[in-house]
Amino acid sequence: MGTGTGIGRVRGLGSARHGAHHWLAQRYTAVGNLLLVLWLLFSLISLPGLDYESVVGWISNPLVAVPLMLMLVSIFWHLRLGMQVMLEDYVHDKGLNFFCILLLNFYAIGGAAAGIFAIAKIAFTGVVE
Amino acid sequence: MARTKSRPLSPHLTIWKWGPHMAVSIMHRVTGNGLATVGALGLVWWLMAAAMGPDAYAFFVTCATSPIGYLVMIGLSWFFFQHMVSGLRHFVLDIGAGYELKTNKSWSLATFAISALITILFWLYIFGKAF
Repeated sequence: MGTGTGIGRVRGLGSARHGAHHWLAQRYTAVGNLLLVLWLLFSLISLPGLDYESVVGWISNPLVAVPLMLMLVSIFWHLRLGMQVMLEDYVHDKGLNFFCILLLNFYAIGGAAAGIFAIAKIAFTGVVE
Repeated sequence: MARTKSRPLSPHLTIWKWGPHMAVSIMHRVTGNGLATVGALGLVWWLMAAAMGPDAYAFFVTCATSPIGYLVMIGLSWFFFQHMVSGLRHFVLDIGAGYELKTNKSWSLATFAISALITILFWLYIFGKAF
């Protein structure tokens, strides 16, 4: 095992066996987004109105709340993977890159949690007077 | 990755002649990151506003239906459709098809035409229903 070039340091170690995971998850969530976001857009333009009562009434239907929650998981997972690649390409400083990925993880998990909590609250409590 | 500074980098961006395949690839990244930030935050804002009650929701609607709000929503919808059509193109490329020069160029151009068309139809439907 050499110490000079990048390839020299990893030669002979074999595959880590998870090289394709990021790539595959990006595709799985892309299909999820394709189906779920199109469903959301078609649903929104088919609703009689987008006022408070109509939207909350729509979201409180379990057959809407569950796909909406799945959509948030799919969206935030997909954007986490995509933005990671962007940061890896443009943020060259190792420390700064680590910090950016840290913030990205907080953003992705926090955003998904906030969205899912909002849907759950609407689904469980319905219209607030 | 540590790299010896004297080693040459493969030439990129600056030396290539611009083509539609480059534009569609760059736009995929631009639209993706736009949706990931503005789009995702807007979506969570909408859901949070609906969960918080009528006043928070009314404030969201006021912002979303302002001229800037419409501009952002139309922009986001175009970004989404562009990212979607470009993503579908990626699925085709993933199975190893569509790399012939002419095919690649025409499908790259087609993503822009298709996404623009879907965006226009989408908003024509919305405004047609509203007025």
